[in-house]
Amino acid sequence: MPTGASATPSRGLAEVAASEASLRRFLAGLPGVDQVGAEARAATLATRSIKTTAKATAIDLAIRMIDLTTLEGTDTEGKVRTLVAKALRPDPLDPGCPSVAAVCVYPDRVGLARQALGAASLHVASVATAFPAGRSSLVVKLRDTADAVEAGADEIDMVIDRGAFLSGRAMAVLDEIVAVKQACGRAHLKVILETGELVTYDNVRRAAWLAMLAGADFVKTSTGKVQPAATMPVTLVMLEAVRDFRAATGRQVGVKAAGGIRSSKDAIRYLVMTGEVAGNDWLDPDWFRFGASSLLNDLLLQRQRMATGHYSGPDYVTLD
Amino acid sequence: MTGPMSFDYAPAPESRSVVDLRSSYGLFIDGKFADPADARSFKTVNPATEEVLAEVGEAGPADVDRAVTAARRAYTKVWGPMPGRERAKYLFRIARIVQERSRELAVAETLDNGKPIRESRDSDLPLVAAWFFYYAGWADKLEHAGLGADPRPLGVAGQVIPWNFPLMMLAWKIAPALACGNTVVLKPAETTPLTALLFADVCRQADLPPGVVNIVTGAGATGQALVEHPDVDKVAFTGSTPVGRQIARAVAGSTKRVTLELGGKAANVVFDDAPLDQAVEGIVNGIFFNQGHVCCAGSRLLVQENVHDEVLERLKRRMATLRVGDPLDKNTDVGAINSAEQLARIRALTDVGDAEGAERWSAPCELPAHGYWFAPTLFTGVSQAHRIAREEIFGPVLSVLTFRTPHEAVAKANNTPYGLSAGVWTEKGSRILWMAERLRAGVVWANTFNQFDPASPFGGYRESGYGREGGRQGLAGYLA
Amino acid sequence: MSERLDVRKTYKLFIGGAFPRSESGRSYVVNDAKGRFWANAALASRKDARDAVVAARNAQPGWAGRTGYNRGQVLYRVAELLEGRRGQFVAEVSRGEGLSTRKAEAVVDASIDRWVWYAGWTDKVAQVLGNANPVAGPYFNLSTPEPTGVVAVVAPQDSSLLGLVSVAAPVVATGSTVVVLASETAPLPAITLAEVLATSDLPGGVVNMLTGRAAEVAPWLATHADVNAIDLTGVGDADLAGDLEADAAGTLKRVRRPAGAKTADWTDGPGTDRLGWTMEIKTVWHPMGV
Repeated sequence: MPTGASATPSRGLAEVAASEASLRRFLAGLPGVDQVGAEARAATLATRSIKTTAKATAIDLAIRMIDLTTLEGTDTEGKVRTLVAKALRPDPLDPGCPSVAAVCVYPDRVGLARQALGAASLHVASVATAFPAGRSSLVVKLRDTADAVEAGADEIDMVIDRGAFLSGRAMAVLDEIVAVKQACGRAHLKVILETGELVTYDNVRRAAWLAMLAGADFVKTSTGKVQPAATMPVTLVMLEAVRDFRAATGRQVGVKAAGGIRSSKDAIRYLVMTGEVAGNDWLDPDWFRFGASSLLNDLLLQRQRMATGHYSGPDYVTLD
Repeated sequence: MTGPMSFDYAPAPESRSVVDLRSSYGLFIDGKFADPADARSFKTVNPATEEVLAEVGEAGPADVDRAVTAARRAYTKVWGPMPGRERAKYLFRIARIVQERSRELAVAETLDNGKPIRESRDSDLPLVAAWFFYYAGWADKLEHAGLGADPRPLGVAGQVIPWNFPLMMLAWKIAPALACGNTVVLKPAETTPLTALLFADVCRQADLPPGVVNIVTGAGATGQALVEHPDVDKVAFTGSTPVGRQIARAVAGSTKRVTLELGGKAANVVFDDAPLDQAVEGIVNGIFFNQGHVCCAGSRLLVQENVHDEVLERLKRRMATLRVGDPLDKNTDVGAINSAEQLARIRALTDVGDAEGAERWSAPCELPAHGYWFAPTLFTGVSQAHRIAREEIFGPVLSVLTFRTPHEAVAKANNTPYGLSAGVWTEKGSRILWMAERLRAGVVWANTFNQFDPASPFGGYRESGYGREGGRQGLAGYLA
Repeated sequence: MSERLDVRKTYKLFIGGAFPRSESGRSYVVNDAKGRFWANAALASRKDARDAVVAARNAQPGWAGRTGYNRGQVLYRVAELLEGRRGQFVAEVSRGEGLSTRKAEAVVDASIDRWVWYAGWTDKVAQVLGNANPVAGPYFNLSTPEPTGVVAVVAPQDSSLLGLVSVAAPVVATGSTVVVLASETAPLPAITLAEVLATSDLPGGVVNMLTGRAAEVAPWLATHADVNAIDLTGVGDADLAGDLEADAAGTLKRVRRPAGAKTADWTDGPGTDRLGWTMEIKTVWHPMGV
């Protein structure tokens, strides 16, 4: 069983995870987040007006950043195949339309997704660790992760133990992430904070740092199964965290905003915020993702609007 | 795989077509526009382009006298005797018309003033409407304001306002004056007269009786004629401390009532346990909001020494993202300096900062070729003895000082003849209250900055003036 | 049996809790209402005014920093001592203002009661002049009155005790400290009042009493940069009042103008009029969030 002390990969902050006490002290010592101020900042960024060429660039970038997701008990082979087809060619009538970044499915659908993708370079992401609640033993979570990786997932979206976090057992959360990271092997690890259950921005910032200290490649807002999911201010706080983490350690960590982002307008606002808060280095599918399903069609509608000069309609994009 | 991209925002200009400016404007006296008696005029220009926007009448003493006479007549015959509930409805009407025409007024404000459309649209105009709406409700409740059982209006108010928030300052002045039953002669600043003249049309649409609001445009001499007019009962001024001092002298020995909102050199105090990202936003908002043309601007950053480097690093990074340029572009954060004269003053004082040995850093940004511009700038290594730490620069220039203990922070913050506003950033509740009690300033923003609301009194201690605007206390300056 | 020769009092200034003579060494003749010699009072100079401002400034933070409850008790204690010296004040007011004993008694009683009135205000004024503000946003927003600092007062000329108490007590009740220039022609009750203050629990420097000429001393107070407010109630000469107000504009002091032609009837109820003018409204904002 790895411990935080031996496993933390974060240069310069090794002593932080030396003990439960030092870890708690470090997290408590992070600057607080004033809710009203953070929300005001996000609201101001949301007033940016992105037009013409900038909008076209942003729409294509947003498409390329999507983890096209289906996470339902009703997911069938047919559902996964249509999802993959849509991910590869979001707009069948326009070969210039980029593919999304990844498809995101449950572990038992990973093999199918990988097979459907064939030689395409899209990533296959899988939620694991007893998603969405995470209420299973570590053994089950690690097996869940290994299953998905073995089936071909190259990105794992895990959930943190919110119960442990909220009861102050930061080291338990850290150790679990470290263990899952190890189980991931070469797969990238996205750590879902489930911000809707952490409630305060102080918690979100601390949880983000905890995940990064444990070796997360991405920090992700939400499972999409809890309300509220991604919001502008919560993502703002996480963008500040990855920015500060890179400044402190030299290691860049990505951010995934998942759940509730449905319109192009919203997606563009997130891109604005990412560029202005974390920096342009994050404006890349390697460093920022949207976990979404219906967002893609709205981006396509807007894309068609910009190409044709008139408004499009829902029957002009595919239903998948 | 593609590398990181630069997300350049395409120009997103607000349309000018919502504003229909005339080529020339007269004075608004007794419900009508009329040329000045001696037909003098001056030009008002767009500070972002130096383009002439309109010719505006320059009111001489005879014009001011006509305006005061009209205001006196309206006070005696119409507005003074009118029941409060009727006055209230006029003010509610004005609030609504301002809301209806707010885009037009915002664009006009940005054209004439140089402030970003984002601010005139999201800050100035909403506050203008809110101010009229708030004071409208007071008009028929004055006897319940705790200012005496039978509060009476003063009569004719002569009001002189600055160029930094032209329409907002008009609202701060006119709304309480009218709610209390006074009539008004208002002089807007000579570099920003247009929205006051558009407001005259708002009054017309509201069917406000002639003479209740009169607008006389002009420069210092016009303001002086108004302030010194013997039939003015009340003088309200917002502007610089030197001019405020002149006004206080001019009315000495008279029965005129006076309220003055003057300059400031506010300290924005950041402790090591502050919510740092919000503190940085507060510092930026405190000094770069409205190009720093704000009397309550947080122009002195007092940062605890142990977080000085970290705060400065964050601040510079944030300042580098400020978008300076075309005020009509919806993505502009920092617009144009209001006038060539103000730009010269900012340059002169920052040159003194260099000469006194402070270290200048300006955000990397390209400034437009025409118009009046100054890049967001900070000075480090500033001490209390430096002129840039003592004098109001009234521009986008921040002086950074340090402190070690709360006592030192308070002592330095208060070490100024001004006392308009102050900021405190710390997550320790009891320290906020300790600081708030000791800071000698009329407004203390704790973990926030530059917040305004019609329900909240605003005004200074000491040489920042006297009287309050906003809130219940804002009525006191217009009642006997 | 020879008649006993009374022991006269030397009337001095009251600065910082001590009773110095004028640093100038000067004094002036004070006559009673009938024009007979009564005493030589100290003739305060500009330097005495300066010293008084320094004493008032030094005392101010501590005085303002006390709780309202404590200030109220200190001021009530003053009233207790005034009551004990009632006879002395009646005699002085009667002699100085030419009032019958009965009228002088009424004036002294009103003065004591007025002191009690203001003693009771110390822990209430913030509730009456301040309030919470319902702003349109997630902010806690509170306005409270705070003492302006050091206040110079030219006391009424015609009401040597009641007028003096009426203008000085509200200033100290609300937490400012005061430099009083007593009635020029009838300054002696002011100095006797100072003796009461000196033996009460009032910290030195909270009230400072000068006797002398308004035309000589008041301009130094009006121009003094460390004075926050000036009350010109006792300035009878309209031209002088105008000049003093213009002087005060130099540092934008809060100015209370003289009442003008109408003479104040100090026996009228005081109301709340004098509580607010030496107070500054401070508004504090704080976000409300989790």
